[in-house]
Amino acid sequence: MPKIKIPKGSPSIDMTPMVDLAFLLVTFFMLSASFRSSEPVDVDTPSSISDKIIPENVVLITIDKGGRVFFNMSDPEARRELLANMAGKYKIGFTEEQIKRFTFMSSFGCTMKELPGYINMEPNARKQFNTPGIPYTDSTANQLKDWINYGNRAAINSGRTAFVEEKNKGKNPDANDFKPKFILRVDSKSLYVHAQKVIDVFRDLKLNNLNFVTSMELAPI
Amino acid sequence: MSEIAESGGDGQHKGKKRAKKSSTRVDMTPMVDLAFLLLTFFVLTATFSKPKVMSLVYPAKIDPKDPPKEQPKINNAITFLLSEDKIYYYSGQFYPAASPGPNGPTKLEETGFGTKGVRKLLADRNKYVLSEKNLYGKKLEKKEIADSTYLRRLSDSKRHKKALKVLIKTDDKATCKNFIDLIDELKIAEIGVIAPVELMPSEFALMKSKIK
Repeated sequence: MPKIKIPKGSPSIDMTPMVDLAFLLVTFFMLSASFRSSEPVDVDTPSSISDKIIPENVVLITIDKGGRVFFNMSDPEARRELLANMAGKYKIGFTEEQIKRFTFMSSFGCTMKELPGYINMEPNARKQFNTPGIPYTDSTANQLKDWINYGNRAAINSGRTAFVEEKNKGKNPDANDFKPKFILRVDSKSLYVHAQKVIDVFRDLKLNNLNFVTSMELAPI
Repeated sequence: MSEIAESGGDGQHKGKKRAKKSSTRVDMTPMVDLAFLLLTFFVLTATFSKPKVMSLVYPAKIDPKDPPKEQPKINNAITFLLSEDKIYYYSGQFYPAASPGPNGPTKLEETGFGTKGVRKLLADRNKYVLSEKNLYGKKLEKKEIADSTYLRRLSDSKRHKKALKVLIKTDDKATCKNFIDLIDELKIAEIGVIAPVELMPSEFALMKSKIK
């Protein structure tokens, strides 16, 4: 019987290098991924050619499509101080647990009365929470003004501590980097009058240097 | 594969214990599948760019107790009036129909967002700064001046008498996108003095008649 020739090489290829590479890439992307904390509103920011990246110590105001206003702050220590001040002014008590949750919360947009309930919610429930946002149009009960004002003071304090810490480490930090910056995140479809009212609140507090969050766009050559 | 041979309570298995013949290799296909799935997920969700910010300095509010004695005279200024996806502009001072200036009452001109509209207009009006920028930029390239000198010269020329100053007024229909787009155009045209100010009723009326 004539023999049938069978190819000798094994038909399977050694995939080890490819798998190695795949895992390397998985590891890289997993470690480099930074998960955005879930925000209560989705905001579609306008685009600009600016290439300044978002600074560190910030007070961030979000204005959504309908003109509702949300407040956020980057520094957890400053948030603690801010909440203590706000609780004192509006005479609302917070438990230690609520204060802790507040320091790690993302943006919030509710009145002071709603705040304790809002803090107790789970992040998913917060998204559905129906709120008029932080009141800011009323000149007598302008809660946004208080949030910004106390937030600014708390951020200045925490920025100063951070600055001193850096200095003690023997570095030569720039004091301006530690000052709080004010950032507006506006939805591109939102009417400018809403933003204008918020900007007026800032200007009343003599905070005239504002930043708008924008997505990157290529500059024309 | 991962079954553990457990003799049932009845003791039906009576066969000899045999050494396993299967190879020691583990089938890695599911693991590799999963690895690629994760890889695809992370690649697709990865965002490399942090959001950017555009800074804008607003004019300080005028203290009602201590108003400035005289309105500062504006020379070489252009005022943009923004409405929903529309831009109108006029140059210099505003003269309402009731008290016309040397060239009669102010008329609004219309322009559009985009390269042919407002960008061309600003590039024409702000030739001084742009040419200065070009000049110093070339010097910088040839390493005749330092980086800091370049920036200082540029900011000096932006504040120069011949540089264009821009006032922005918005009506109740303008969106934030319109506003940011215009600011963006101003930054492209290297405008140094940008002042978002309140819309005057007379200007608003003129705008309304124009929109119709």
